[in-house]
Amino acid sequence: MAPKKIVLRFGPDISDKPIIYRLVKDYDLVVNILKANVNPQKEGTMVLEITGDQVDGGMNYLRDQGVQVQALTQEIVRDEERCIMCGGCTAICPTGALYLERPSMEVRFDGDNCVVCQLCLKICPVRAMEVKL
Amino acid sequence: MEKSYAEINAKIKTGKAVVLTADDFVSLAEEKGLAAAARQVDVVTTGTFAPMCSSGAFLNLGHPAPRMKMQKVWLNGVPAYSGIAAVDVYIGATEVPEDDPLNSNYPGEFRYGGGHVIEDLVARRPVRLKATSYGTDCYPRRELETTITIDDINEAFLFNPRNAYQNYNCAVNLGSRTIYTYMGMLKPNLGNAHYSTSGQLSPLLKDPHFRTVGIGTRIFLGGGVGYVAWHGTQHFPSIQKSPDGKTLGPAGGTLAVIGDLKQMSPRWLKGISFVGYGASFAVGIGIPIPILDEEIALYAAASDRELYAPVVDYSEAYPSRTPGNMGYVSYAELKSGRIKVNGKEVPAAPLSSYPKAREIAGILKQWIEQGRFLLTEPVQLLPSPADGISGKALKG
Ligand code: SF4
Ligand code: SF4
Repeated sequence: MAPKKIVLRFGPDISDKPIIYRLVKDYDLVVNILKANVNPQKEGTMVLEITGDQVDGGMNYLRDQGVQVQALTQEIVRDEERCIMCGGCTAICPTGALYLERPSMEVRFDGDNCVVCQLCLKICPVRAMEVKL
Repeated sequence: MEKSYAEINAKIKTGKAVVLTADDFVSLAEEKGLAAAARQVDVVTTGTFAPMCSSGAFLNLGHPAPRMKMQKVWLNGVPAYSGIAAVDVYIGATEVPEDDPLNSNYPGEFRYGGGHVIEDLVARRPVRLKATSYGTDCYPRRELETTITIDDINEAFLFNPRNAYQNYNCAVNLGSRTIYTYMGMLKPNLGNAHYSTSGQLSPLLKDPHFRTVGIGTRIFLGGGVGYVAWHGTQHFPSIQKSPDGKTLGPAGGTLAVIGDLKQMSPRWLKGISFVGYGASFAVGIGIPIPILDEEIALYAAASDRELYAPVVDYSEAYPSRTPGNMGYVSYAELKSGRIKVNGKEVPAAPLSSYPKAREIAGILKQWIEQGRFLLTEPVQLLPSPADGISGKALKG
């Protein structure tokens, strides 16, 4: 069975709970953590590769715990021409993939830290952030 | 030390004027002292590139044959106001198409609006024009559908009734759900803070008493040349004070600005969309400040550490129009990316582009150094904090 890549987002209320432990133990899944990040607001994001027979049950368990689950099939890119360097995405991006460089205050995008939560797609006022399929 | 507009312009014409961007002037005054900086520098250039909803353009579309008194007009599907002469219209920045889903699928996307139409016009892209009317003896035509570009029409000038806000709230959300505002997406329980001025580069933060910016002041507007037409709507200038009486910089002033759209650039006029709020327009403005005397220099030298924004809750206080704020934070703190609100550390981000503001101040500096841009003495100064104007609340 091919592994499935998913993105998980945790609110501050659950980011310290042993959710992944339960996922592995109760649903007998093989989990490979590709990226994990908890920001200063204690919002967690994680990119996982999972394999096992009970993937669907595991996903339902995660959703029941209040975790947002999304398939990772895409990559996010920035249209450098369109970006007006406003900075409006930098306190929204949960992982710091979009960040302000100081003191120039220029906005940088580091795709390696992006977990494809797609929040920036909606909030960028000039739609400079795009999904690359 | 005192200088006149005429003296400064004479220096500009001979290429001898000393021009500094506002952030460089702040550094110079810190290094050399205010008196020396004021003597040495003739003009300080400021800049801002930020959402400015109260913007729009007057267009004269020209008459078709037969002639038409356009009663309803759409540009790329966005309604333009046509309750003026036959083929004059005003396209407002926040107007959206009649079939836009708005917030029916909350939060709405507002992908295209009046600001985008103006950006398309200034980028010289073709724009679909549709007009309907009832027909008169002198203006018989009732329907028109065609495509225009900015070069096909008679006049196109930007006239923005409220731009270049002197200062602005630092917006936070004390509520328990994410909210979508004109200050962007605000996460619950003080999850983030958004502010929207360029701080020490921002035009009106550097002239708190409106000693130099007035009616007729020539400015950088949208990449071209524009003018201050009037004080802006909701122009309520004041000097902010902390509870213990400390001066925290100015707030409340605004400008109405005007300029020929045909010589502006899509680089500095951008249609924008605020999810859950609406369509708007980002405008680039740069204003030169003549250093006429040391007092003007003192204000122009105010740094991010001396300029403050009020922190305002947008979940409850702002929408319900509860007066007051949750304290002040300096632009130095805001730019550091972390501020303290109610004892909690909150990540702060701008909606106003500091790099673009610096670029505008730099372009304006270059224009002046090259002798291409002379300063104008205001025909009339604008109301200042001393006039004590304050906002009225609407009954209803
Ligand atoms: S919100 Fe969009 S335009 Fe603004 S800095 Fe981020 S990517 Fe660039
Ligand atoms: S999708 Fe956008 S907001 Fe989400 S992590 Fe990637 S860059 Fe940040």
